Amino acid sequence: MPRALYIAKANLVLESSLNEIIEGIVKAFQLIFTGDPRVLEVVLRSLFVSGLATLIAALWGLPIAMALAMKKFRGRFLLKGIFNTLLGIPTVALGLVLFLFLSRSGPVGFLSMLYTPSGMIIGEALLITPIIISLATSALEAVDPEMMKQATTLGATDSQASATILKEALGGVVLAGVSSFNRAIAELGVAQMVGGNIEGRTEVLTTAIAAETAKGNIALSIALAIILLALVFIITMTVNVIQRRRK
Amino acid sequence: MNPIAELMAVTKTYDDSVALNNVSLKIEHGEILVLLGPNGSGKSTMLRILALLQKPTSGELYFRNVRISDKNRDQMRMETTMVFQKTVLFNTTVYNNVAYGLKIRKIPTNEIQQRVDKALRLVKLEGFERRHAKKLSGGEQQRVALARALVLDAKLLLLDEPTANLDPKNSAIIEETMAELNRERKTTIVMATHNMFQAKSLPNRIALMESGRITEIGVPAEIFGRLSKALASFAALENTFAGNAKITEDGATLIDVGNGVSVIAAGQYQGKVSFFVSPEDIILSKNPFSSSARNMLKGRITEIQESDGLVKLRVDVGKPFTVQITRRSFDDMNLNLKADVHIAFKASSVQIV
Repeated sequence: MPRALYIAKANLVLESSLNEIIEGIVKAFQLIFTGDPRVLEVVLRSLFVSGLATLIAALWGLPIAMALAMKKFRGRFLLKGIFNTLLGIPTVALGLVLFLFLSRSGPVGFLSMLYTPSGMIIGEALLITPIIISLATSALEAVDPEMMKQATTLGATDSQASATILKEALGGVVLAGVSSFNRAIAELGVAQMVGGNIEGRTEVLTTAIAAETAKGNIALSIALAIILLALVFIITMTVNVIQRRRK
Repeated sequence: MNPIAELMAVTKTYDDSVALNNVSLKIEHGEILVLLGPNGSGKSTMLRILALLQKPTSGELYFRNVRISDKNRDQMRMETTMVFQKTVLFNTTVYNNVAYGLKIRKIPTNEIQQRVDKALRLVKLEGFERRHAKKLSGGEQQRVALARALVLDAKLLLLDEPTANLDPKNSAIIEETMAELNRERKTTIVMATHNMFQAKSLPNRIALMESGRITEIGVPAEIFGRLSKALASFAALENTFAGNAKITEDGATLIDVGNGVSVIAAGQYQGKVSFFVSPEDIILSKNPFSSSARNMLKGRITEIQESDGLVKLRVDVGKPFTVQITRRSFDDMNLNLKADVHIAFKASSVQIV
């Protein structure tokens, strides 16, 4: 094929994909602002799964972070190292492990949690636990080590003094929570492997974007991607503004 | 009279170092006891054991004749409180800082308000309630820490070098507050310091500490009267010197401390004397300057230590003097190790001990 024809064909492909993107964006805003029921459902499920996963990860992660930051015990540094390493765990690998555990023949298959929002919540919570622990531990360690003793000498019990330390590190701890939420809502591996992207049951933003793109529904994918980015942006900005005001 | 607290043969070891070595001490109701000694002599450890923040490795601690055990430790801790050398304030307002211990004790809100107001008045910080505690100056922060402790009306108030690194104005307010607390509320105060002038003026009793032991204990007159014995301990303290004094023609005192260094002191003294110059009272300059200070000595910086916005310099003028300046002054003057400098202090800053 002559060179000029190649260039003409390439331009045509580029033009048509650009058109597709522009069309996609226009349709995306239509879907968002008309309150498309499917889009709404996927968004709400994403928020629910990621929000509950963050809450669960905080419930078991914060006590661990407090112990790592404030107590001196054998193996503390090893444990911190392990959690720091787990920060970079590939989500697909964790998804696979969870799939094997939750599948009918797996060790906890009797719970029937595979391809359910509950299974996704547990999976996302496990994924973000190292983030909560590592970031919260750093925030708690940044509090003056004498603060605990100061609270104690003012009459606080150990648990009251620990609560005071948590309050002092609140900015960093909230940041740990927001980062964890963002990771949970934006990841694909665990949501896909454990949730299975069943429409109407386990479909969340990331799995829907992947599936709709594969099907060629670029407009819907773009709409969902815009919503995902907007959610992450709005939540992070809101927390930043609140923290700024607190200071 | 029964003591408010008593240490019986208390030893505290950290790994392989001994911080307190078989110390026995009775603290009487309503007294101000000063623990005087150089860094590392065990003063802070003794205070932390009295504050029930640390357990002795061996020995026993009694509080109002009750032996402290794991069972009553939390309850007994309510009777004592401690102000640390390094001010540790909560990241909130002055009011919330001072109210902290009262909220823990579940005191009603209106009473908290009254007691916080009173405590802030005592440390001369009225109107500071809504200010952010961490945005105050170092001296004001330490006064908030003192208010936070005294608002609790604890029977035993422990202070670890409360005026270290503070300017004279803030130091004076803290000392006045302590004296007033002791006089008005009969609060028993135990304070660690290495400031000999403070040790001389405030307390009912002084315990000299060295290497984890109490080497001498008694009323200030006794302790400072037995200079020969005490000198060995004092030698490790900052800016404490001994020399031969003679009265000058204009009615002051000239003290020859050896190595070509002479110091002029206010008042009239003769013979062997020891004296102390507070590091905060010494003015530092790169060039000679004229002032009302009668002592001007030329020397060289041999050591630089920095902490909390302040810089401590060791200046060798033939004898080593410690000088304390702010970090900003240090930077502005562009000082460095081995720099030649001049130090100056008033004759009235020379405290004869």
